[in-house]
Amino acid sequence: MRERGFSIARIPGFGVVAALTFFLLYLPIVTLVVFSFNEAASLSRWGGFSLHWYETAFRNAQVRDVAWRSLWLATVAAGLATTLATMAALATTRTSRFKGQTMIYALINQPLMVPEIVTGVALLIVFAAIRVQTGYYGMGYLVLAHTAFCIPFAYLPIRARLETMDLTLERAAADLYASPWQVFRTVTLPLLLPGIVAGFMLAFVISLDTVVITEFVKAAGQDTLPTWMLGQLRRQVTPELNAIATVFLMLSVLAVTVFFILSRRRP
Amino acid sequence: MTTVRERLQADAAPPDAEAAAALAAGRRRWLLLAPALVVLVLAASGPLLVVLAYSFLTPGTFGGVRWELSAEGWFRVFFARDIFDPETVRLNHAHASIFWRSVSLAFQTTVICALLGFPTAWFIANRPERTRAVWLFVITIPFWTNLLIRTFAIQEVIRNEGLVNSVLMALGLIQAPIQMLYTDFAILVGMAYVFLPLMVLPLYAAMDRLDPRLLEAAYDLYASRVRVLWHVVLPLVKPGLIAGSILVFIPSIGAYVTPRVLGGGRNLMLANLIELQFGQGRNWPLGAALAVTLLVIVLFALFVYLRFASKDEDPRRA
Repeated sequence: MRERGFSIARIPGFGVVAALTFFLLYLPIVTLVVFSFNEAASLSRWGGFSLHWYETAFRNAQVRDVAWRSLWLATVAAGLATTLATMAALATTRTSRFKGQTMIYALINQPLMVPEIVTGVALLIVFAAIRVQTGYYGMGYLVLAHTAFCIPFAYLPIRARLETMDLTLERAAADLYASPWQVFRTVTLPLLLPGIVAGFMLAFVISLDTVVITEFVKAAGQDTLPTWMLGQLRRQVTPELNAIATVFLMLSVLAVTVFFILSRRRP
Repeated sequence: MTTVRERLQADAAPPDAEAAAALAAGRRRWLLLAPALVVLVLAASGPLLVVLAYSFLTPGTFGGVRWELSAEGWFRVFFARDIFDPETVRLNHAHASIFWRSVSLAFQTTVICALLGFPTAWFIANRPERTRAVWLFVITIPFWTNLLIRTFAIQEVIRNEGLVNSVLMALGLIQAPIQMLYTDFAILVGMAYVFLPLMVLPLYAAMDRLDPRLLEAAYDLYASRVRVLWHVVLPLVKPGLIAGSILVFIPSIGAYVTPRVLGGGRNLMLANLIELQFGQGRNWPLGAALAVTLLVIVLFALFVYLRFASKDEDPRRA
């Protein structure tokens, strides 16, 4: 194609629009990161390079508090969601059709389809009633809400991995008199591990990202980083917020990179 | 062959043992599923039914509900009563305008994403095999990073003192900053920015499957590039375009964070109206009825998509 100077794939203008799209996609993010290193308190005037705002953010007790809560919640919820999703994936893949399969898929994927605001108010209503009945105001509600929301995100990569896995290895192990538990421990689990880690990473990122559900479920003093940021955005913001955002941006990018590498590796 | 195997199995295991094994497998399956299903029913599906129930109750004085059946919540979704004369009923113009804004902004977002996403997906699909994954990664990275942070980033760019206005003023194109933040335009830009990858990915998937020989054939028959695009490429990637459009439309119409941050609390969308009823509005049944309405709109969009998807299914893939 190239020798003749005619490419069937070339459509005039598409390259320009694609370049523009990539540029627009990264311009705001790059701006955000660059101004987090601004010496001046301005978000538009450059006053020289400095790590001042990272230091300020780190010394801010409130920021430390909400950041730790976010990380804790994401770890616990993603851990639970991944465990439950792994069990569900083992039950729903590599079997013949069974009764209730469609309903189960609908249930598992439901958090993906329902708008977050609807889930948010639904949980607000239900948890408010439970709070009054039991008097429990702890983090359990947020853990439960995030876990349910994260299950489909953990489930999908794990199921994808299971479906491409070689069945013969497990059969061989069973033929050699391994108990079902031994087969699972020594054959299935190690083979499945990249899928599980990928699922965990995705669930972790989603939990860190979730703001609407958290906003409706949290009790007083249970702000996570996103809900705290949402409150801050109403005021005059300083590059301190850029610094915090940059740190969390890097964390998400890291988790997503791990996810990509693991989910691309074929068994 | 199968009959022999079946006979051998039948010899090995008496029928009731086989049934017992099937039963045990079924029990094991439900045991593995149970924890996930319990969590999902408790914190995802079950509460949706409660919302539906609440939409038919009477608002409590300080939020919450009184357990008296009432259709007032649903009535108020569409109608309003006169303050002085409750018997005078008119269409609820405030709600109608918010519904309209939500639908129209979601639709415009979808169009913008399609216009930008189509060439971008085409560009990625036509990269060499090795670099394609990298380009896909580049387009998905922003999508997986925090939505609030990306909205904040957009806010910083379009503020009066932000990058766009600073550059335009430095170039002498404008004298005073253009007010972009806290307008419908800002919401539109924010949503298109945030949801663009949802358009690119299904489009890319459709273009990746496109048979290049069809394009060659069209060019051999002296079709112009525009004709090839319109008569060959577009019909073949239509399922991807529809999937992308639905994937962008659904989160757009339910968007809460973007209109709240970029719309500045004055330009409400449906999600903000719903939140208002659970906050200052203290009308939970109305909020619940609005939430159910939003859910119905979303499910309708999904339903339309599924109908399209099954009809347009490429026979070669089946």
